[in-house]
Amino acid sequence: MSDVIKIQYLSFAYNSNYILENINLTVEKNDFVGIIGPNGGGKTTLLKLIMGFITPQKGSVEVLGNAPEKSISKIGYVPQFNQTDKQFPIKTIDVVTMGLSNSKSFFPWNKAEELNNVFEAMEFVKVSELSHKPFGELSGGQQQRCLIARSLVSKPEILILDEPTASVDSNVELDIYELLKKLNKEMTILLVSHDVGFISSYINKVACVNKEISLHKKEEISFDKISHEAYHGDFSMISHKCNL
Amino acid sequence: MNELFSIFSNYSFVQNAIIAGLLSSVACGISGTFVVVKKISYLSGGIAHAIVGGLGIAYFLGINPLYGALAFAVVSALLIGTVKLKMKQNEDTLISALWSVGMSIGLIFAYLTPGYNVNLLSYLFGNILLVSSESLWLMSALDVVIAVIIFIFYRQFIYVCFDEEYSYLRGIKVEFIYILLLIIISITIVVLVQTVGLILVIALLTLPSSIARMFSNTIWKMILISVVLIQIFTFAGFVFSFSTNLPSGASIILAVGVGYLISFFIHNILRKKKIT
Repeated sequence: MSDVIKIQYLSFAYNSNYILENINLTVEKNDFVGIIGPNGGGKTTLLKLIMGFITPQKGSVEVLGNAPEKSISKIGYVPQFNQTDKQFPIKTIDVVTMGLSNSKSFFPWNKAEELNNVFEAMEFVKVSELSHKPFGELSGGQQQRCLIARSLVSKPEILILDEPTASVDSNVELDIYELLKKLNKEMTILLVSHDVGFISSYINKVACVNKEISLHKKEEISFDKISHEAYHGDFSMISHKCNL
Repeated sequence: MNELFSIFSNYSFVQNAIIAGLLSSVACGISGTFVVVKKISYLSGGIAHAIVGGLGIAYFLGINPLYGALAFAVVSALLIGTVKLKMKQNEDTLISALWSVGMSIGLIFAYLTPGYNVNLLSYLFGNILLVSSESLWLMSALDVVIAVIIFIFYRQFIYVCFDEEYSYLRGIKVEFIYILLLIIISITIVVLVQTVGLILVIALLTLPSSIARMFSNTIWKMILISVVLIQIFTFAGFVFSFSTNLPSGASIILAVGVGYLISFFIHNILRKKKIT
């Protein structure tokens, strides 16, 4: 049972328009999978299927040997950060604490022992000193670190990140990837990214998603070529390489 | 001031008006905060106007209009919540429909009621001087209901408002929390019916909390500041209306509007100072 994620013969359509068609994907323990592909190619849909936000019309998804809904508490998720309201009155520590929430989060306070996980996670991503600042006032990189901390407080087995570095500068990007490299020793990571060249030294598999999926082991592909192509947004060449 | 005090101690309707202002501020400060951060003022406006239907039917049946309003409020919150969650693309149309159809039902039933009752106007535009002791008890009970719900679900409300998708991932019952929030808002509107009326309620629900947001970094601070501001505005509006003999609901809303403008400028000046 070392398969962390197992997708078999899966198809998903919005309004009879197939986004993903007859895909198979197996992710093993401690994999670091880079997910690439054109916009609208189904990357985000794939993540949503794995997290059980949506259910496929055909085929199956298994996460840690169960249906996605049952394993959801073992998944840490880092969304594209620019989705949150900058003016929302919330302190950074409260955003990170959200990672502990569930349907039984009653009353306005958290248990003290739960908060230890929060401090630990904030320490790990080096945002402890920001804990009482308003979340909306942090820089893009700081916010992204906090969202990673939020996904870590529940001690997940799988970490899923949707373009975590889309709007941060390259120094911050490097920092975040170094952080993920450390985390990869303990957990399986799936990361959607535009520039696979940048992450090439961290990942061990690449999934090219464009209605279909083709999974490559790191050794099988030339990263220089893919990264060059990805930077220029010329995905048809990648697709060609992936035989899609 | 002495004169005002003697008026307060001598006339029970003045006492009732001031207590009504205080009771309104609790419900309105809590709900207004969530209306502002979740950006659902149009939806709240829809619920407020739909409630006219409940008032009209209650008039026609000869029961206390506030109970009719309460029933209609909860039903329209459930209706809007369910439709929003089930068919997302039609939300806007549905709110508009509920908005005007509710009002039409209310007007037709009011028209059919023998001996047309002018009091309907006081529910549309509010008349804080007509609040009865019975209404005060109902308002207190509704305040308690709202406060208890918020106390229990405080964190879940914040999480769902801040990041719906992540809340869902954490196993929070997002749809339940969302509908619960709409119910709280609709109950609040019933509390505010006699203070500022259904038509004007949206300003009292959004503006004080928008001011509060400029000066707070947590939701509970925002609620607290909203409650205090609403107390100040309703009292100022009431005093203005009492001394000039102008309609109380409109006076309160004018006080809110002036307060919002002033805070807006103060906030901008403070922000510029912070930058330089």
